Amino acid sequence: MNEMIKVGMADLNVCVSPDALTTLGLGSCVGTVLYDPYRRIAGMVHIMLPDSTKILNNENKAKFADTGIDALISRMVAIGADRKSLIAKIAGGAQMFAFSNNNDMMRIGDRNVEATKLKLTQLGISIKAEDTGDNYGRTIEFYPETGILLIKSVGKEKKTL
Amino acid sequence: MSQINLNQMDNMQFDVLREIGNIGAGNATTALSQMINSKIDMKVPKVDLLEFKELSDIVGGAENLVVGILFTLEGQIDGMMMFMMDMEASRHLVNVLVGSYYEVSTGDFSEMELSALNEIGNIIAGAYLSSLSTLTNMLITSSVPYMAIDMAGAILSVPAIEFGKIGDKALLIETEFGDEDKAVNGYFILIPTIDSYAAILSSLGL
Repeated sequence: MNEMIKVGMADLNVCVSPDALTTLGLGSCVGTVLYDPYRRIAGMVHIMLPDSTKILNNENKAKFADTGIDALISRMVAIGADRKSLIAKIAGGAQMFAFSNNNDMMRIGDRNVEATKLKLTQLGISIKAEDTGDNYGRTIEFYPETGILLIKSVGKEKKTL
Repeated sequence: MSQINLNQMDNMQFDVLREIGNIGAGNATTALSQMINSKIDMKVPKVDLLEFKELSDIVGGAENLVVGILFTLEGQIDGMMMFMMDMEASRHLVNVLVGSYYEVSTGDFSEMELSALNEIGNIIAGAYLSSLSTLTNMLITSSVPYMAIDMAGAILSVPAIEFGKIGDKALLIETEFGDEDKAVNGYFILIPTIDSYAAILSSLGL
């Protein structure tokens, strides 16, 4: 591995093997990794909200499931990835606080996961692995060299997907 | 009532929100001091409008283990309020409060200690919100405390998402406080909905 490229909240980035991508402390946000296994090109987007059309202030494309995944694909294609080869791995979408009432504000993690899956399905990108939901934060690292998504959480064993 | 855009706030609006943070945090620190019966000094709060990317850095990095206590707000001001401390500060406060100060416990919190932490959050948030309520002459009710102990980034994602609905930055009011022996860092974050921002500002004549 050469360099570990950080993806912040409501941010996206791309890399080519042997570089790797990481996003730290995912909570209710969803970390979506797209990967072209033949060219070893990967992209990661840190999605905060499900739907850009429901929000007035939507300049930052990486913030939303719908526009974020589109923007990520454009960036990946621009550096040589093949749109048709892309596969996805997703993680995050936890419910960090055990709210008693079940209104929409509280279910944001689930809604982010649903919206991400819906968008990927619409685009015909298959989801090879996921580690979503539950109530704990995740740090994720993606290595395009191997296609492995590493997931770290507090007080838990590391997971590889 | 004017619409507020966090990215285009003028200095006057910013100053008013800063002052709300000052008053709220001041009252909260006083409440904490009374609760643990020890003198607590408070530094001048910092009010920052931060990009989401920078958000978790201020609490020592996205992976730093912290205690977050969250309240949902209802009434004339809707939104969320969060009180956050790092593990060391939480441990220190709990030890002072439940009296196990000299046999310093470490590691995981017991059930009673978790309950004490919740209560600390409750009292601090109550003091913060009641001063905000008095200042704006608006009714605010808060939920029971919801607590999570996890990575700072993961905990902050919850208020950040609320801010995400109204802009690309989060307004954070950070207050450091401590007693004679040991600095305790706490962060107060007030997250009104966009309509409530407008309501707060208009209640103060803006």
